[in-house]
Amino acid sequence: MSKIVVKDLVKIFGDHPEKALKMLQEGYSKEEILKKTRQTVGIYNINFSVNEGEVFVLMGLSGSGKSTLLRCINRLIEPTSGTITIDGEDITRAGPEVIREIRRKKVSMVFQRFALFPHRTVLDNVAYGLEVHGVPTVQRREKAAQIIETVGLKGWEYSMPDQLSGGMQQRVGLARALCNNPDILLMDEAFSALDPLIRKSMQDELISLQNSLNKTIVFVTHDLDEALKIGDRIALMNNGTIVQIGTAEEILTRPANDYVEKFVEDVDRTKVLTAEGVMKPPDPVIFLKDGPHVALRQMKEHGISSIFVVTRDLRLVGIVLAEDALRAVKEQREDLKDIIIEGVPKVSIDTPVIDIIPVLAETRLPVAVTRDDNKLVGILVKGSVLAGMVRKGENIA
Amino acid sequence: MPKLPIGLWVEMAVGWAQVNLDTLFDFITLIISALVTGIEKIFLAFHPLIIIAVVFVLFWFIANRRIAVGTAIGLYLIYNMQLWKPSIETLALVLAAAALALLLGIPLGILTARSNLAHKIIMPLLDFMQTMPAFVYLIPAVLFFGLGQVPGLIATVVFAMPPTIRLTGLGIRQVPVQLVEASDAFGSTEWQKLIKVQIPLALPTIMAGVNQCIMLSLSMVVIAAMIGAGGLGNEVLTGISRLDIAKGFEGGLAIVLMAIILDRVTQSISEKHKVKI
Repeated sequence: MSKIVVKDLVKIFGDHPEKALKMLQEGYSKEEILKKTRQTVGIYNINFSVNEGEVFVLMGLSGSGKSTLLRCINRLIEPTSGTITIDGEDITRAGPEVIREIRRKKVSMVFQRFALFPHRTVLDNVAYGLEVHGVPTVQRREKAAQIIETVGLKGWEYSMPDQLSGGMQQRVGLARALCNNPDILLMDEAFSALDPLIRKSMQDELISLQNSLNKTIVFVTHDLDEALKIGDRIALMNNGTIVQIGTAEEILTRPANDYVEKFVEDVDRTKVLTAEGVMKPPDPVIFLKDGPHVALRQMKEHGISSIFVVTRDLRLVGIVLAEDALRAVKEQREDLKDIIIEGVPKVSIDTPVIDIIPVLAETRLPVAVTRDDNKLVGILVKGSVLAGMVRKGENIA
Repeated sequence: MPKLPIGLWVEMAVGWAQVNLDTLFDFITLIISALVTGIEKIFLAFHPLIIIAVVFVLFWFIANRRIAVGTAIGLYLIYNMQLWKPSIETLALVLAAAALALLLGIPLGILTARSNLAHKIIMPLLDFMQTMPAFVYLIPAVLFFGLGQVPGLIATVVFAMPPTIRLTGLGIRQVPVQLVEASDAFGSTEWQKLIKVQIPLALPTIMAGVNQCIMLSLSMVVIAAMIGAGGLGNEVLTGISRLDIAKGFEGGLAIVLMAIILDRVTQSISEKHKVKI
């Protein structure tokens, strides 16, 4: 279900956006509009929806409008035209009281430079949202202490923010955003100000936290690796508008235009491409009921030296080698069972290539790609992985 | 080109106010003189040594030891020079003037920070108030409020209020945008944002304004004495008119002592509220 739906959103900065808006609709460029009306088009033609429980990443370089867009969602910035609906309610036309309610209950925000209140303890920072909502002191502090424990800062409740390291400060920022138990988290470059190592661990933590909390998260970042790592879907922004929306893999393998191609060309493909992207279809295979004759004929026909054996519903059993099949035929055995090698190397379908390579290196057999239920969905051999990587690379280079 | 009768216009305006706003001025006079004499009476109700002891203990806790000891010595010196009563008169005038200036100045400062229009209107007025020689607005003050402490206090407020407004406005404007944004993002009302975030973070700057306000009030005491405000300013004026070096110097020294005491104690309070942003 769509939690947030954004339609035709436009933000124009300036005192007289009407004329600029009209020019925009007539198809003038941002630059022309700036020159003629002295109004700056912040974002335009923005359409997307975020599903419940999804991590949706807005990615782009600075000045691409991603932070402006994020701030439109909780109306810290007033959109010029278009609509944003949250749970079916159009918030673009809501009055200040309704907006306050939404900010207190439904939508929280985490800021790039943490934006903790320096005159308040960690506890009172975290409890701030409940405080402005009028929750009594004892209750709100109890709730805040609980959240502080969740983010791993137990014992620091009465410290002041400047006594904490950057990573810890952002945990406080995250706790503050979680304290009023919102459905939606807006995260504005939340980890960008942290050291790379701490950033990585915060990303991991957000992912594991998200697994238990299942919030709807809109995450702004300029870091492609971060976007690919935490985003279920990514919207790539350039110059005030969205140029492509898709999963990490879609954006890498099917870039919508030159800009996206350029943007993604530096990505370490092996971290993003998964087994699914580089495997061959599982063909041929033989079934458990087939004998050595069938196995040998299939291998000859396809010019291969081994073949996977599956059950009738395609669950992986093992592999048969050509020399074993040949010997079985010579010895006139009818059953495959004696010659099946079980415990073949296998990887699951979403394993990144970077983790497949060592598996391939250690075996001379092909590697099976399976789903969670052990169904064989693909085959990896050294050649196909390399070819897959090069193939995906060609579009981009 | 004929001379514009600017002076005449002001005179007419003052004359009009004198006639038509008479009741208002009487009312203000009543309140202010009650305030000033009230403060005076409290301080004069006890023996100076008791006051000195109380102030010493109080400052020990709200400021620090050094300031408490220095204050006690300074106050004893004033008592010893037999300038206790005029000093208390001056103190009452300064405290009342500062209180009024803060009461008006802090809200106005907040207003200038929140509204660009208010900022544009108030700032030139402040320039006017600060640069127009203080003697000039003594004249209408006397016309409106007669001679004595009240016109002295009004003139002092006019002179001492601008830095309070400026520094309050500055302090609030200097609160980092991201903190204001964070406060908004969690659904604060404008009032909650002001009370819970902006004022606490602007407090060191606002306190600097309070400090300036008190210092400027003190610098007006001699001028205010010219229209009968009494106090230490009177001692100095008498010293000048009689060419009495001893009297003039002692009066001046007492003013300096009061200034240093008030300055150090307000500074130390503002230090204590300082938060690293």
